[in-house]
Amino acid sequence: MPKWFSPTAILCGLMFVVSPVLIARSPDESAMGMVYKIYYYHMPSAWMFLLAPLVCGVSSALFLARGRAEDDRRAWAAAELTVLFGALTLITGPLWARRAWGTWWVWDARLTSSLVGWMIGWAYLILRRYGGPGSDKLAAGVALFGAVNVPFIFISVNYWRTIHPPTTVVPKLPVSMGVPLWFCVTAFLLLFILLMTMRLRLEVARTRLDALYVALDE
Amino acid sequence: MLRSMSKCLTFVRCALVVAAALLVLTGGPAVAAQDQPPQPQDEFVPVGNSPAPEQIPAAPLLIGAYIVVLGGLFFYVLSLSRRLGAVQQDVQRLEGELKRRGRA
Repeated sequence: MPKWFSPTAILCGLMFVVSPVLIARSPDESAMGMVYKIYYYHMPSAWMFLLAPLVCGVSSALFLARGRAEDDRRAWAAAELTVLFGALTLITGPLWARRAWGTWWVWDARLTSSLVGWMIGWAYLILRRYGGPGSDKLAAGVALFGAVNVPFIFISVNYWRTIHPPTTVVPKLPVSMGVPLWFCVTAFLLLFILLMTMRLRLEVARTRLDALYVALDE
Repeated sequence: MLRSMSKCLTFVRCALVVAAALLVLTGGPAVAAQDQPPQPQDEFVPVGNSPAPEQIPAAPLLIGAYIVVLGGLFFYVLSLSRRLGAVQQDVQRLEGELKRRGRA
């Protein structure tokens, strides 16, 4: 692992330990009450869920253009994180919605496009796992659709009628709510970088393993 | 001619009365108002001294959400570490085997 990995992992772990304290001290929201505090983990998860398919899509585009294995490995790592953070977002969201909206799910543009983005992540992983030879390029094509879906997910709450809060709530947050949120966003971003590094390391080790098997067969 | 016009007007009058009666009986405007989805919040406001009314208990949902996130992340890190450890072990084993073959 790179030299910065261990200190960053310790810092990230500490941030995750401290975050519940900051969240517990932050005020409840006037309309939603205590359940609003799901936001402090839901929103950073959702941002990582938007970041991961972007990384996957850009890496896949580079892989299709240049054919370099490292771009493909980065795309595969990011696709797995798309599925992970997508699952966290799509589970915490309905838990929040149940109390805030009185329903687990609504088929509005934000929730539906998020579900589609998550399924594109799964499609990428299934293609890589069971697609056979040439699936790397097919999966890269799928990843492009995943990346194109990201701006749609982001702006959907501002352009289509929905009960999901729009993106404008974040800049309007008072300090008492903004500090825990940005603290959690930083913790999730560090975690994303650490997980990407670990996952890339796994792909590099798998490539080395394949090369060793070939060398042994010769 | 006049007779048929009068019949037509009577029919229109009856239709209007029936429509009005149906509207009142079914509570049309009220239904239309209920069909409107709740408006999204465009701002999150901290609660003042008065606590927000709780119809559905929030604590289990809140705790459940945090358990899902922390548990999910923990199991993913665990799975990643195991996969990485297993592959690195195989790499070391094969490297050792290649070295032995090279010597032989």
